[in-house]
Amino acid sequence: MTEKKTLKRFASVFLASSLIVGALAGCSSSEGTKTEGGSSSSSESSDVIKIGANLELSGAVASYGSSIANGAELAIEEINAAGGIDGKQIELVKVDNKSENAEATNAAIKLATQDKVTAMIAPATSGNAIATAQIANQYKIPTVTASGTAPNVTENEDGSINDYVFRTCFIDPFQGIVAANFASNELSAKNVAIYADNASDYAKGLAASFKEQIEANGGTVVAEEAYVADDTDFKSTLTRIKSANPNFIFIPGYYEEVGLIVKQARELGIDAPLMGADGWDSPTLVELAGAEALNNTFITNHYSSQDPEETIQGFVEAFNEKFSESPNAFHALGYDTVYYIKDAIERAGSTDGEAIQKALAETENLSLITGTFSVDEKHNPVKSATVLEYVDGNQKFNSKVNP
Amino acid sequence: MKKSKAFWVFSVLALVIYAVVQGLISGGILDLYYQNILVQMCINIMLAVSLHIIIGITGQFSIGHAGFMAVGAYFSAIATMKLGLPLPVGLLLGAVVAALAGLLVGIPTLRLKGDYLAIATLGFAEIIRIIFLNVDYVGGAAGMVVMNMTTWTYAFAGVVITIIVISNFTKSRHGRGAISIREDEIAADAMGINTTYYKVVAFTIGSLFAGLAGAIYAHNFFIIQPTTFNFLKSFDILIYVVLGGLGSLSGSVIAAIFLTVVSAYLANFPETRMIIYSLVLILVMLYRPTGLMGTKEITSLFKFGKKGGTKI
Repeated sequence: MTEKKTLKRFASVFLASSLIVGALAGCSSSEGTKTEGGSSSSSESSDVIKIGANLELSGAVASYGSSIANGAELAIEEINAAGGIDGKQIELVKVDNKSENAEATNAAIKLATQDKVTAMIAPATSGNAIATAQIANQYKIPTVTASGTAPNVTENEDGSINDYVFRTCFIDPFQGIVAANFASNELSAKNVAIYADNASDYAKGLAASFKEQIEANGGTVVAEEAYVADDTDFKSTLTRIKSANPNFIFIPGYYEEVGLIVKQARELGIDAPLMGADGWDSPTLVELAGAEALNNTFITNHYSSQDPEETIQGFVEAFNEKFSESPNAFHALGYDTVYYIKDAIERAGSTDGEAIQKALAETENLSLITGTFSVDEKHNPVKSATVLEYVDGNQKFNSKVNP
Repeated sequence: MKKSKAFWVFSVLALVIYAVVQGLISGGILDLYYQNILVQMCINIMLAVSLHIIIGITGQFSIGHAGFMAVGAYFSAIATMKLGLPLPVGLLLGAVVAALAGLLVGIPTLRLKGDYLAIATLGFAEIIRIIFLNVDYVGGAAGMVVMNMTTWTYAFAGVVITIIVISNFTKSRHGRGAISIREDEIAADAMGINTTYYKVVAFTIGSLFAGLAGAIYAHNFFIIQPTTFNFLKSFDILIYVVLGGLGSLSGSVIAAIFLTVVSAYLANFPETRMIIYSLVLILVMLYRPTGLMGTKEITSLFKFGKKGGTKI
């Protein structure tokens, strides 16, 4: 009994002390940043440009958010080492939004009113990015999402544009068009099948634009099937697809299911080329499908770390040095987002929100890691997509497709 | 007489709090950041109190509360965004539809007990979520964009109404019936209490206010997506109730305020946020295994509830 009691007391003392230590560490760090911010705003307000990062650092899609944060940190480190923007250093203010809409709104309000940032990096997923759009417009803070690919992030349902919201990535329908053109031109596919995730707007959007483009290219959709996220057995549907005898199958979706689909398709003897989009891009895909099954499959993506271009290889090397891993598309997009904002601030010549907004909208032929782009009237970058081929479990750079 | 005294104390307190906060807002001392935290606090209080009536008072273990919140959020958003109705109508509609959903789900499932009811409510919440996920009219997986229309006043009014209705319910004959079910369902049944009826009533009232909270939520956070209302959200609400003390209305209010503040404060430390949050929960449960308030009410800490009545 006494032993039990001491154990309990011991445990609670341990927990209490760790909590206090944690809270103290928290306090000290917050004071640290606060005093930094305070001194900079009072005496030398023009020496620091604050960029807020409202990202998914915990929760369901934490890997996207933290990848973008890493990419952004690398870019800021480089810019600061090279003298900053017009002599001003950049400070990144990171806030976690737990991958939740409400938290994303809270974080945006916090960045706008408490930290008074010059520009914001919006959340990685489209829904969370939309949750910050009205705040950005209200406080006139230019906001750029690195990877929110849904068209309605920048364009509202009624056709109006969110003035202060921009993005670094291309939008979903574009990938479908690229895939369709690749299928008709490179693989000369005539009879195609579509097998899409029915529970995600991302996949549905891709499937719709692919279908439209492939039919415009003279192809025929011989089978159109759907699955739902978290399914694990796709064989019956795949058998149906096989009997339609397509010579190309488009499978927009995320890597968890796609890995199994590819594996089961090959087991059933479907040897037609398979193609997907950036949702496939994960090392888990190779584990699930197996290297051999993935041969003769293609994806469209934002960039490839194996792109032979010099600037890309320089980025890959710098990233490897700092984080000892090869950068994925989210790293590259996070990195590019900072440079995109930097370019606009430089051209605007001030840290005024309206001036930066205008400069972002007028961006032309900006050369970044994920491609050279100009911004269209819907605040979407017009940029190239990269087509990758899986060869023995490795992504191999195939080609770049311009819009 | 005691009851009415507590009621007047509460009303005056609510008015004072409202006046002070409103004064601070118009004085420009509380900017949007704090206002937003206040609204969120109000939403969490409403959710906690509305679940309190189901779990704390009636003793029915429901873990599908986010489902009712989703119903309220979506229907109020449809009313204001698609049909162009004014906000108060939207809020009312969301709450009423959620109450109907509660009634519909409650009648068959409340014949179940304990774990079985928990699973049934969890299943219901998931069904709701999947339905909204597949209806293109409300945006499917991408969610529905909603204009920000609520102010702190709406949220605070919601809290006041929720607390008044639920505390009055608790003290009424219906509430006593519900409490007797919590204490011993077989005994209550033997005493001639229609247990299913009281359970369904409590469940419907709980869903009504969860729907209202959802409706305010939808009009405060710009976008609603089915994933927002997944079962983790239900557990968040459950945590408020359990942490506050099962059976204590003021406990769930205090826990909701406390955890909202902790969560908002910890947003500055993304790396350690969830660790500290979890540590807080573990510590509270270790030191106060019955929750912050146990089954007591805050009024019983002062003098007015001493002669009984408030100890539910």
